[in-house]
Amino acid sequence: MQEVTEKKEFTPNIVAFCCNWCSYAGADLAGSSRLTYPANVKIIRVPCSCRVNPMFVLKAFQQGADGVILCGCHPGDCYYVTGNYYTRRRMSLLYSFLNYMGIEKERTRVEWVSAAEGARFSAVMNDFVKQVTELGENRRLTDLRVKEGE
Amino acid sequence: MREVELKMKERAAELLQSGEVARVIGWKKGEFYFDPTPAVFESADELDGFVYNGFCGANLSKYLIQQSKKEGKTAIFLKPCDSFSFNQLVKEHRIKREDIYVIAIECQGKLDVEKLKEKGVSAVTEVEENGGEVVVSSLYGTVTLAKDEVLLSKCETCKSKVHQVKDEEIVFNEMQAGKKDRFEMVEKLEAMTEAERFAFWKEQLSKCIRCNACRNVCPACSCIKCVFDNPASGVAAKANDSEFEEQMFHIIRAFHVAGRCTDCGECSRVCPQNIPLHLLNRKFIKDIDTLYGEYQAGETADGKTPLTSYTESDAEPNDVMNGEAK
Ligand code: SF4
Ligand code: SF4
Ligand code: SF4
Repeated sequence: MQEVTEKKEFTPNIVAFCCNWCSYAGADLAGSSRLTYPANVKIIRVPCSCRVNPMFVLKAFQQGADGVILCGCHPGDCYYVTGNYYTRRRMSLLYSFLNYMGIEKERTRVEWVSAAEGARFSAVMNDFVKQVTELGENRRLTDLRVKEGE
Repeated sequence: MREVELKMKERAAELLQSGEVARVIGWKKGEFYFDPTPAVFESADELDGFVYNGFCGANLSKYLIQQSKKEGKTAIFLKPCDSFSFNQLVKEHRIKREDIYVIAIECQGKLDVEKLKEKGVSAVTEVEENGGEVVVSSLYGTVTLAKDEVLLSKCETCKSKVHQVKDEEIVFNEMQAGKKDRFEMVEKLEAMTEAERFAFWKEQLSKCIRCNACRNVCPACSCIKCVFDNPASGVAAKANDSEFEEQMFHIIRAFHVAGRCTDCGECSRVCPQNIPLHLLNRKFIKDIDTLYGEYQAGETADGKTPLTSYTESDAEPNDVMNGEAK
């Protein structure tokens, strides 16, 4: 007997940390320019990309994110002058470390998006969603209690 | 080691008697020969139980955080590796250099009682160090073993035999640095596939009983209130009830000490579950070395750390992930 299972198409949960001054404004511009990005990208506005504590990234995964992307002003353009330079080191090390623990490297990304780059924001998000969709569900870094009964 | 021990005891007595210091941090005899324990001596009379032998692997520097806040000067015995932790604590303003008298001591590598057991030696009553060999006496007789085979793993990769800080030193013989490459295993892991690495860490970390020994012993984990003592951290303070919590605790702890961990090896040494925690810290050390230039925490007591500095031309995270960063 053949088992019939309803195969739902996988839509990943994406958490995007966006800095208030550049990337969040970039997202806004994308919206007002009627450029689309997938609705499953959940934006979390932070004052600066540098505000993102590694714990936030892990928490996002814990709460069921399949991919986490961090967006900030281009290096050199940080509203707080140097914030994103620290972000750059921190995230290079964190993401490399997550990969060392066996977390697929396609699940994490950092992109610099300015307030004027609405089109780029939309392109980056579409691309990241596509990448995570191909990868499938995050199983390695997730809290089973959270995903249960979903 | 015997001569070193005698000299240390003598100096401890002199310093306490003259009132130059109010206390001395060293090791005292444990229940057995092979389990000396860190101890604070406040008078010369207490020095009866003072020991320094091949099992004094414990890094004493962290005890300074509490002890050096007390009235009067504190003297401490530091092995070369411990002196890195000392500098790091000064750098982070956990201790004040001027409150402490540092006595740099000889270390020829410390022994691992578990490895001795594997060699069939138990109930150790005395160990004599003799160049590349150790003569171990136990209730069952005396055996001679190659020292390299019974060293603590942190000593196999000993990074330096040079004390980074000292007020005086008690060193009679030349000290040998570790023979093994400390990044060998990190490289092996890096060469595995993601799935293999995940399986490796899952197996290792699922052994964790969250006893917190690794954190409590770590000189870099000197936070007055640790994030994991906050019930809102999302990680239970006791046994982990999900795989995620195991990973979270270890990832965050390793990240918190990144750029500050001196690779003193204490976390792995104390882990009752034998989890190779040094492989976590060494990944950060290796990445920092390759991406931002060689850096050894604790080499000096001042200057910037890799995560509190930057250059405009730092590698991009995406390039690092794709292996394209230089
Ligand atoms: S010492 Fe070992 S068992 Fe204890 S919390 Fe640390 S890793 Fe877990
Ligand atoms: S993390 Fe481990 S090796 Fe690093 S300083 Fe702490 S105890 Fe020492
Ligand atoms: S795990 Fe982090 S917060 Fe806790 S003591 Fe260590 S460095 Fe501090």
